Amino acid sequence: MKKLKINQSYYFILAYVLATAVSFAFGFQPGQVIFKSLQSYLLEMVSFIPFIFILIGLFDVWVPKEKIEKLVGEKSGIMGIFLVILLATLQAGPLYAAFPVAYILFKKGASTRNIFIYLGAFSSLKIPMLSFEIGYLGLKFTLIRSLISIPIFILVGFAMEYLLKNSSFEVKEPRKIKEGK
Amino acid sequence: MKNIIILGVFTATMLLISLFFDKKKTLLGIKRGYKMFQNILVPFLNIIIIISIVLYLIPQETITRLLGQSSGFFGVMLAALIGSITLIPGFVSYPLAATLMNQGATVQVVATFMTTLMMVGVVTFPVEFKYFGKKATILRNVLNFIAAILIGYLVGRLY
Repeated sequence: MKKLKINQSYYFILAYVLATAVSFAFGFQPGQVIFKSLQSYLLEMVSFIPFIFILIGLFDVWVPKEKIEKLVGEKSGIMGIFLVILLATLQAGPLYAAFPVAYILFKKGASTRNIFIYLGAFSSLKIPMLSFEIGYLGLKFTLIRSLISIPIFILVGFAMEYLLKNSSFEVKEPRKIKEGK
Repeated sequence: MKNIIILGVFTATMLLISLFFDKKKTLLGIKRGYKMFQNILVPFLNIIIIISIVLYLIPQETITRLLGQSSGFFGVMLAALIGSITLIPGFVSYPLAATLMNQGATVQVVATFMTTLMMVGVVTFPVEFKYFGKKATILRNVLNFIAAILIGYLVGRLY
């Protein structure tokens, strides 16, 4: 009888699927509720992740490293900072959607601080999110929060660069976990 | 939603332009993008599962109850902690923040909560580790946590 070999990395997902199936079979409320909220997150992820990765792929093959390096690399100065912030404001999605973009930025030579400034700006300055924020919390709150956040996460970007100076920092492309025992 | 349509149209446009100029390169680009996606799919799914579970354990009502009336040091720390642990999508977190404000939470608390919510993510650690490594991830989140408290304080002051 052939043994079924499942890649280790799927264990958690399988366990969850099993737990959810059991929840529905036995009327376990929490399991069902969790699944419902999972559905909406899944929908959210599926609705834009493919687009992001297509764009990143195109970006990877079309834009030469030298160009990006000149724009947001080590020596780009204020322009570089401005550009990554601009890039961040034009995006949408939760934080983990920024990671792949950070990877491609790194691959193309962006400086460490610009990568982290990008992440900071991504978290707080996405234009779609700002419009939500203005709607619910008011223009005054949104304006004050945004304007205060900008210099602070720029500082964090510099701090990250300084703190990681000696650690040969790199953004890794996540590799699939090897098939195995 | 509107944003997704914009993103979709933009992506389609880029694809068409790229196809027009160089079909081979375009296909390579799509392949590369797909491969990157494949590599990260499982960790992403894991995160979503964990988020759903966490959100069930700490639902909106609980957050509103805990932070609704809060202010001062204790309130700020609580807000920062809850914001760090949870990862709530935008269209849910803003109404939640508005509710908190209406219930009397101070501007400082709400600003801190929102900032940690967006910038600090304990739940996303597994994926972040894969991209940035343990050291950078911890550093980034710790710095952002401190920054969030600072931002909350300043926003509270200047509001």
